[in-house]
Amino acid sequence: MTDALTLLSLLLVAASATAAVVVRDPSRQALVLAVLGLALAVLFTVLQAPDVGLSQLAVGSALTPLLILLSVRKVRRRGQPEDGER
Amino acid sequence: MSRRLRMWVLATGGLGVAVLLVAAAVRLPRFGGGQHPYGERAVAASLSRHTAHVISSVNFDLRAFDTLGEESILFGAVLGTVVLLRQTRDERAVPPAPARILPALRRYARIMLPLALLCGLYVIAHGQLSPGGGFQGGVVVATAPHLLYIGADYRALEHIRPVGLYEVGDAVGEAAYAVLGIAGLLGGSAFLANLLPLGTFNTLASGGTVPLLNAAVGMEVTCAVVVLLARFLDQAVEIEQGPAREKGKRS
Repeated sequence: MTDALTLLSLLLVAASATAAVVVRDPSRQALVLAVLGLALAVLFTVLQAPDVGLSQLAVGSALTPLLILLSVRKVRRRGQPEDGER
Repeated sequence: MSRRLRMWVLATGGLGVAVLLVAAAVRLPRFGGGQHPYGERAVAASLSRHTAHVISSVNFDLRAFDTLGEESILFGAVLGTVVLLRQTRDERAVPPAPARILPALRRYARIMLPLALLCGLYVIAHGQLSPGGGFQGGVVVATAPHLLYIGADYRALEHIRPVGLYEVGDAVGEAAYAVLGIAGLLGGSAFLANLLPLGTFNTLASGGTVPLLNAAVGMEVTCAVVVLLARFLDQAVEIEQGPAREKGKRS
């Protein structure tokens, strides 16, 4: 039972990590990264490391995607100098 | 360097790493096994210090110096961000216009904000008892007020987030950890020695200095993440190219 869960979450991690590489648009990548963070958090919890899982959930699937999205927005705004407010 | 040679260098390096990794893992305990030499020693040490959560005991007692390093990495990284993302002379801050928010989104943020705040504080406060602690809870507490940016607008967020105060809090959290370490040096045996009374096992005040160090880290991480996000948000929302009104662009 535990082995099946471990295998499943490992596959989930592999799939979402591959997706994060395959998706080329940075803002979409941030969202896929959040999913990857969630998958990793599940994997860590299944492997009985809830502490690492919590860190992963907070940093990997909330903070990092947010920072990437903000950076993308800044770069896009710089691309169009005169008021192109979305 | 030709392409061929580069591939050879890459292959050699990769092979070396692979061999070393396998050699390092050969004598590890079996995956998923119940026995682990380090784990058993850590649990015994943690129980002798009346700390219910073994990971916190490792982080804030057995290897507290290591955690000081980790905390300082975050502190230094945020310091660097503050310097790099400051408003330079050829930039100006344009306050963003109030945004239109969907009522459902506003309701969601209003419900989730106190909930996230409470969860984060709970995770910090129970660091010595259950999974979590200053690092994890700190990030949750820090992201909670940013729900206001989603549910209202940037000005509302700026209202409840005086960045200067959080910068001070960041430094105080970092300093508190070092001061507790020096207290251990003066009052006990070594830097970061656990010298406080250990208390009753599995209560909030158990573990000696563990809850205090945990709280210091919680404060540092909370303030650091708020400052970090504030700098990124300022750049993304407020700061624009060009010194004043008259000259639009030059570059």
